Amino acid sequence: MKDIHLIRLRVNGREHELAVESRRTLADMLRHDLGYTGTHLGCEHGICGACTVLVDGSPARACLMFGVQADGSEIRTVEGLADGEHLSDLQQAFSDHHGLQCGFCTPGFLMLAEAYLSDAASDGTGPTEAQVRELVASNLCRCTGYQGIVEAVLATAWSRRSAGAP
Amino acid sequence: MLLGRGRFTGDLARTGTLHAAFARSPFAAAQVDAINLSAALTMPGVRAAFTAAELGHPYLLAILERAEFTATRMPLLAGDQVRYVGEPVAVVIADDPYIAEDAAEVVEVEWTPLPAIAGLDAARVAGARQVHRELAGNCLVDLTMFDDDRLEEIFATAPVVVEGVFASARVAALPMEGRACLADWDDRDEQLVIHVSTQVPHQVRSGIAQALGVPERRVRVIAPDVGGGFGLKCVVGREEVVVAGAAMRLRRPVAWTEDRQENLTASFHGHEQRYDVRAAFDAGGRLLGLAAEIDCDVGAYSAFPFTCAVEPLMAATELPGVYKVPAYRARGRGIASNKPPTAPYRGVSRPQIVLVMEQLMERAARRLGMDPLEVRRINMIGPGEFPYTGVTGVSYDEGSYRESLDLAEQRVTAGGWPAERDRLRQAGLRAGIGYSCFSERTAYGTPTMSQRRMRMTPGYDTAQVRMDPSGEVIVTTGTCGHGQGHETTFAQIVADRLGLHPGQVKLRQGDTDLSSYGWGTFGSRSIVIGGGAAARAAEQVAGQLRQVAAHLLEASAADIELTGGSARIRGDAGAAVPISELARVVYFQAHTLPEPLRYGLEGRESFDPPGTFSNSCHAVLVAIDPGTCEIRLRRYLVVEDCGVVINPLVVEGQVRGGVTQGVAAALFERIRYDSDGQPGSATLMDYLAPTAAEICPIDIVHLETPSAHSETGAKGMGEGGTIGAPAAVLSAINDALSDTPVCFGHIPVLPEDLHAALTREGAA
Repeated sequence: MKDIHLIRLRVNGREHELAVESRRTLADMLRHDLGYTGTHLGCEHGICGACTVLVDGSPARACLMFGVQADGSEIRTVEGLADGEHLSDLQQAFSDHHGLQCGFCTPGFLMLAEAYLSDAASDGTGPTEAQVRELVASNLCRCTGYQGIVEAVLATAWSRRSAGAP
Repeated sequence: MLLGRGRFTGDLARTGTLHAAFARSPFAAAQVDAINLSAALTMPGVRAAFTAAELGHPYLLAILERAEFTATRMPLLAGDQVRYVGEPVAVVIADDPYIAEDAAEVVEVEWTPLPAIAGLDAARVAGARQVHRELAGNCLVDLTMFDDDRLEEIFATAPVVVEGVFASARVAALPMEGRACLADWDDRDEQLVIHVSTQVPHQVRSGIAQALGVPERRVRVIAPDVGGGFGLKCVVGREEVVVAGAAMRLRRPVAWTEDRQENLTASFHGHEQRYDVRAAFDAGGRLLGLAAEIDCDVGAYSAFPFTCAVEPLMAATELPGVYKVPAYRARGRGIASNKPPTAPYRGVSRPQIVLVMEQLMERAARRLGMDPLEVRRINMIGPGEFPYTGVTGVSYDEGSYRESLDLAEQRVTAGGWPAERDRLRQAGLRAGIGYSCFSERTAYGTPTMSQRRMRMTPGYDTAQVRMDPSGEVIVTTGTCGHGQGHETTFAQIVADRLGLHPGQVKLRQGDTDLSSYGWGTFGSRSIVIGGGAAARAAEQVAGQLRQVAAHLLEASAADIELTGGSARIRGDAGAAVPISELARVVYFQAHTLPEPLRYGLEGRESFDPPGTFSNSCHAVLVAIDPGTCEIRLRRYLVVEDCGVVINPLVVEGQVRGGVTQGVAAALFERIRYDSDGQPGSATLMDYLAPTAAEICPIDIVHLETPSAHSETGAKGMGEGGTIGAPAAVLSAINDALSDTPVCFGHIPVLPEDLHAALTREGAA
């Protein structure tokens, strides 16, 4: 007998109501019940970070959360970063700095960095290369050697900081 | 991709798709006495379950047509015997993947465990149990490639003989997306359509067709976005064929997505090798002779279509590398064990052979009291010596071996590395600088591949260039990129030849119904072979455009140039016609053209080169904390020469990613097995892929020696980073330990290895 729960959540600003089995992960629910397939699963045990999404503004491994735990939450996925066809500054920086190759891990890095940059912007200090490298070390990429990812996050941080400066 | 709109195989399942899960062996070796599916079949939501018997015992068979090779079948599902932990014995098909996994767990199997052959030593003990009944001595392939009878005399009289055993651990390619497939039967096209995360769609089609006994036209393989491959996905997985078979039987879509545990324990591994090497040098550091026994633990089966001989053959034929070896002997063996089969993981034996040659140079230098870079220079194929035909008969095309080493050394000195090493040492750390010099044969065409004598000999590739009536272009190729930026580079190659902007050229790849037969993307082949075929096909279309333009402009085709989106008469600024207008006329006003110019702007071409050598020199500075024995990269430099660089951003991305995988193999990654053949690296908590914190910025300097064997002058470069890094890192570690007797010859060098060695030598 399946243990089904009715839950309500917002994903990228859109309201969803659905019935979900208690054991279904947030990642599977987002991908297969709601169609947000931009969130990818690389390990399903919380190490690689490919499935990172923002839950109420904080990065979370969607493979380690059950869908039912997101009841009442505000979720952001990679599909929510761009303005229509217009890439966000962070997405554009990943493109400019060759921060992706196969692209499978990219959504996780984007969401991880997006949360970090939002926090960094609020305290007004620009990150160092070492700080960004430590952040980026949360997730795994097998293609790039990380350099383009680090450069993209740094460049976005600095451009947001100079844009926000008085 | 950045928008989250990529289409990976696991993203494609639609409502009604069934999901497969595999019941796998918990034993490294066991007799399968009985399989009972009834508990699985009665679980709600389970639609079907199959064993090998129910499928008719289908298998994949990879063949090398050599007497020294023993062919062994790889059953799609194991029959009466399992040969490694994780080998599939049954498949369960259910409404969702959760149910399928639950049901796979209740497949009841009666096993009689057998003694495991867990590695090279166990496999070769006299009287060892045979992994396959027909496999004497557990030796799948035994090739003595070269055997110079002067060698014993040379070793007996040489002033210096360096001997050593070198080894590399079994590792996983670890693409971020594991293997995955989605198969569906299409009645209308009488075809099984299978989306597979693969580097080689046509070989997957051939494998499915051969294993299931259907003509190839009845199978269409599509590789959508592929989340990394690195060689793991250039062979055919038995699970993919099982899922294809299940979808054909059930006439329902069936999906399978490998989880990370399956990826680490039950897919394909690579690089588990041991080298027993002797090298003779004269008193001036010149190499006189080289003899190598090369043993590769290739696991339980030969992967389709390359066979398990890929690693020993590559090692034996390419060991000399950038050095001049006057006398040579190499014996390469592929030894079977109760571990998963191996695939040609990025680098394929080159990381090991470069490590071996560089260590021989270093050790000879130490014995002779010489500078190790000087010993390399003395032995290296030098400027003016190209094309150079080596002792193995391989012809090396023009390269910059000496120049890249000289430049690397200059940059290291100018960059203050030696001073930094001294500062680190004064601060109480161990520190060392290491180099590696190597070349990499890329773009193996059939002239080279045929020497291996595979029943399915890869090498050539094909491309089609079609211009549409609006003057834009679709290119199809048999190569199949998955993160290498082919969309960009192939568009550049074709656009250049047609006078278009790259944005007007779209690459379509990875669909066996769309492309002519081709060999996919592996072995650093795509830009040279696929790109070469695309360049040739584009030239055909360019010729057609020039003739149409000549007709319309009343000029000679020889005087027409295609540039900036127009066809122009050379030297006549006023006479031009847009390429889009030429296309419009060809398609919509065919009757106004002479007969040979009508009916389409299309080119189809192939390319089949002998291969071309790219080369590099890597340098690395490492620091070792004597307390924790942690080894950290401080600086990394790559001087690389891949001929004409089509796109520097793409090349640098490949180099940096490659170096990271090479560093991973040198310092972190190892698939552990115990003596019972049980895996100890089943999660990413045990298998330590490096994060950004373990990698330092990698500086890259380009040299460009164009290749004469390439349509574009480009050489392949997909693997070089991985090939050069282990040797450079190992040299740097040994440099850091140069005040001790410790000198490592294996990878990975883990902190516990360092601690044990230093403690043993009283140097901790």
